[in-house]
Amino acid sequence: MSPRLVPPVGPDDHESGSPNAPVTLVEYGDFECPHCGAAFPIVERIRERLGDRLRFVFRHFPLAEAHPHAEHAAEIAEAAGEHGAFWAMHRTLFEHQDALDDASLVRYAAGVGLDAEWAAGALAAGTFMSRVRHQFMSGVRSGVNGTPTFFINGMRYDLAVNERVLLATLESAALASSPV
Amino acid sequence: MYEPGRLNGEVFAEQLLLRLFAVHQKRLIRLMIARTPLNATADSSPSAPLAPGTVAPDFSLASAPDATVRLSSLRGRPVILVFYPNDWSPVCGDELSLFNEVLDEFRRHDAELLGISVDSVWCHKAYQEARHLGFSLLADFEPKGGVARAYGAYRDAAGTSERALFVIDRDGVIRWSYLSPVNVNPGADGILTALEALPAPTVAPR
Repeated sequence: MSPRLVPPVGPDDHESGSPNAPVTLVEYGDFECPHCGAAFPIVERIRERLGDRLRFVFRHFPLAEAHPHAEHAAEIAEAAGEHGAFWAMHRTLFEHQDALDDASLVRYAAGVGLDAEWAAGALAAGTFMSRVRHQFMSGVRSGVNGTPTFFINGMRYDLAVNERVLLATLESAALASSPV
Repeated sequence: MYEPGRLNGEVFAEQLLLRLFAVHQKRLIRLMIARTPLNATADSSPSAPLAPGTVAPDFSLASAPDATVRLSSLRGRPVILVFYPNDWSPVCGDELSLFNEVLDEFRRHDAELLGISVDSVWCHKAYQEARHLGFSLLADFEPKGGVARAYGAYRDAAGTSERALFVIDRDGVIRWSYLSPVNVNPGADGILTALEALPAPTVAPR
């Protein structure tokens, strides 16, 4: 059982914050999972608080059998990512967890500047399916055992997902690896 | 260790802080484990799952109200046994849901996944339908936990099986086993690694 992130963060990942940040937080999440929904504002506040000291990466881990809309939600986020709108879509999806049917997803796509017809076509054709699956399997091999699962500088974070504990852990990791 | 541009005190404080967090994390995990009934059995007789190299004890258990599965009838294919405490775990992304999402990977190894708990066939049926589980759940119901006991994966105090995993090879020999703290979902990585380590089937053309 390896609690280490495989593969490490790379060019295929969606990242926000500074690429040179001393601490990298990776979340494996599912846009339809209520626990991920609850974690979203926590992570948002932490990103704001740590600013340039944090690089945040999101990878898909849709539990598609349990959450019927999770797979397409992940794919629409990838579609948005193709047009530089991954993070706008990420926010929209977590803010609308109660409406993730295909019609809504296409509407959100248009809302972040994508061509609605193209987005609908990409969902229907499964254009981004393999990319989502690839991220899911990297999570399985990294020891992701539910959503959300976080990795801090490559190590799985097993503590409670609350702002105080997560922030304190990130602060200490930032201290430990900050450049001289 | 001296680092230019930094005070030794600063480095020391940082090390101390890190230490504190490491201890804190461990203590929290221990606390979480201690709060579960696992602790009650840990004192008397901790379970020891059957070790790799052991011939997997054969069994025949109901997989549905009108069907049974016999382990030995699956010879020739790898088998994954997943012992878990009970149906209806309240978390999403629980152990069985996760394995359900990884079924295709298990099938790539031609492996059969069997879930086993002390719940009855009717309970399993409802659970399986509600969670859309694409594999069999076996009822270790009468005598209660008999198979779990044979595999060293029964918790007397709780009256349920442990959270234990076994990978059995094509010849019916256990090749990997893992006992997880009962409240920790072990994930699928260990199973996949064990399946990858199995020798290829002998029928493969040279």
